[in-house]
Amino acid sequence: MKYFSIYIPDQSTNPGRPSPEKEERMNKFVAEALARGEFISGGGFLSIKEHGAVVRRVNGNAIVIDGPYAESKELLGGFAMLEYASREAAIEGAKRFLDVAGDGECVTYRIME
Amino acid sequence: MTTDAHRTIAAVWRIESAKLIASLARLVRDVGIAEELAQDALVAAIEQWPRSGVPDNPGAWLMAAAKHRAIDRLRRDELAERKHSELARELDAGHESATEAAAEALGDPIGDDLLRLMFTACHPVLSREARIALTLRLLGGLTTDEIARAFLVPEPTIAQRIVRAKRTLADAEVPFEVPRGAALAERLASVLEAIYLIFNEGYTATAGEDWMRPQLCEEALRLGRILAGLMPAEPEVHGLVALMELQASRANARLGPLGEPILLLDQNRARWDRLLIRRGLAALERARALGGAHGRYTLQAAIAACHARAATADDTDWAEIAALYRELAGIAPSPVVELNRAVAVGMAFGPAAGLALADALVAEPALKSYHLLSTVRADLLEKLGRIDEARAEYERAAALTRNGRERELLLARAARAQTPAR
Amino acid sequence: MRFCVMVRATKDSESGQMPSEKLLGDMVRFNEELVKAGVMLAGEGLKPSSAGARVKFSGDTRTVVDGPFAETKELIAGFWLWQCKSLEEAIEWVRRCPRPFEHGDCEIEIRQVFEAEDFGAEFTPELREQEERQRACLADIGKQTAH
Repeated sequence: MKYFSIYIPDQSTNPGRPSPEKEERMNKFVAEALARGEFISGGGFLSIKEHGAVVRRVNGNAIVIDGPYAESKELLGGFAMLEYASREAAIEGAKRFLDVAGDGECVTYRIME
Repeated sequence: MTTDAHRTIAAVWRIESAKLIASLARLVRDVGIAEELAQDALVAAIEQWPRSGVPDNPGAWLMAAAKHRAIDRLRRDELAERKHSELARELDAGHESATEAAAEALGDPIGDDLLRLMFTACHPVLSREARIALTLRLLGGLTTDEIARAFLVPEPTIAQRIVRAKRTLADAEVPFEVPRGAALAERLASVLEAIYLIFNEGYTATAGEDWMRPQLCEEALRLGRILAGLMPAEPEVHGLVALMELQASRANARLGPLGEPILLLDQNRARWDRLLIRRGLAALERARALGGAHGRYTLQAAIAACHARAATADDTDWAEIAALYRELAGIAPSPVVELNRAVAVGMAFGPAAGLALADALVAEPALKSYHLLSTVRADLLEKLGRIDEARAEYERAAALTRNGRERELLLARAARAQTPAR
Repeated sequence: MRFCVMVRATKDSESGQMPSEKLLGDMVRFNEELVKAGVMLAGEGLKPSSAGARVKFSGDTRTVVDGPFAETKELIAGFWLWQCKSLEEAIEWVRRCPRPFEHGDCEIEIRQVFEAEDFGAEFTPELREQEERQRACLADIGKQTAH
């Protein structure tokens, strides 16, 4: 079963980019998930403020309503495409990830197959 | 336009310019004039879109602007007489030969034009350098400056190269078409070669160099994927895409913190891009399913796939790699292929077997100053316990490499060389 | 550059309602355009949040909440991974995206992606340099085409 998960770090207790030590632990976590066949692809997000945008489609027009260069939250975090045998395993995986990545939230969606 | 107007127009240009130039080239039968008309349309867009916004169908807008400009030029008699009459006929509202109209009703006319443009830009009447510059310009939509920075040559050099290339095509009256029959294989080979040369130029870029250089890998990948969409039944196209996806998957692991190159076997595989590996393996499957397992790009992709599938260096299927290099040496022999085969044979069948092949290359003039030949021999000699010879080869390799960090590493290996533990 | 492009959910998508044949066809064609342009790296539709979950860690507190979730606007209905030369190119492709759902305005979020191992890398100076170069070369387009 394929999943798509978004990680949103807690802005107050876990802001900004991880320390080199945490980065190492996260790399190791991803490498192990890869070896177990759970990790398909993923990456960290750059901030919307400088490197992203939100586009709203209204009546055939597309309007950029947030970013780049606008005043918006410096939200980092990232995403992953994952494969698990069950929903329970996916939730377990998210918990183990948060153990390493620190305070925040993983929102996990089932991919339509 | 809420974001920077010029950046947005540049983005639209990247999406539309190749198709625009291709469609115009079919009309005017001249790639140089087609590009000039396309550039005129771009100027019009730069003048108008900041105020009016990007039109809903930018491609159609640009085409209309280009045709408008073409009519202007006709009126001012700027075009050569023979082009004049052809173009006038084409621009005549609704006029088209019956067969052309019928052909266009089927299939993918814009795709066909794009394919014609790719083959024309890589025509054998042009030098390799010219094909690359023209491909990046007409199909990649890169500016002269971007191409110049990517290849570390002055901008006027590239500008001249492109001008001369267009003139050569015009003088040779190269028809704007996709080659057919027996000619197709050879012409396709030159298209694939051009794309792979672009990729390699980007792949050899080192950290700290102009951002345009590694960008070449993305350009080549994009062009390869576009070509795969236009020629889905050609196995070697998928083979080339597979090779590039798989090589690109290692891009983040290839350089160390001090900018030194890290050999494949020493790379941190956690840094290999899994998405690109998946895509590369899928493209390789397509190539094989189309019966292309023995093509030169597909073979190279298969070798890259062996590495990609190995979780660690120790898991590598060296016997398979040795067999693939042997097959590659049969159809596309080169000293570098033979050297890689020596490495694979050494890993699969023992250092003596590998050294036998590497020794045969010592006399090869092309490898005379190639430090990797010495590195490979040094490694094999060390494994065989021939320490003094190994040390000499490491030192020789250190003297030949131009990378300071690599030199240090090789000298360190020379110092550490000792009989292997039994 | 790699971008993760996420289609935000609407009441339609959360209710599991499939779009019409026409909209589905339009989206299929759009995806084909992305593939033909060499831009598409990956793309998937997501099931409504009722099939998903939120796992939250805050200090000592761990909570797992099963979907569905109420805040539709913060949820996602589908995503792509694209390879584009610039953020503006990603925005332009989003502009060309057909409406994904029958009703309501559609919002699409674009985030530039780093590989996980680059978390913490000193990228910002290089990225800034990248931007400088882009600005410079766009100025060139103007220069070159001026007659």
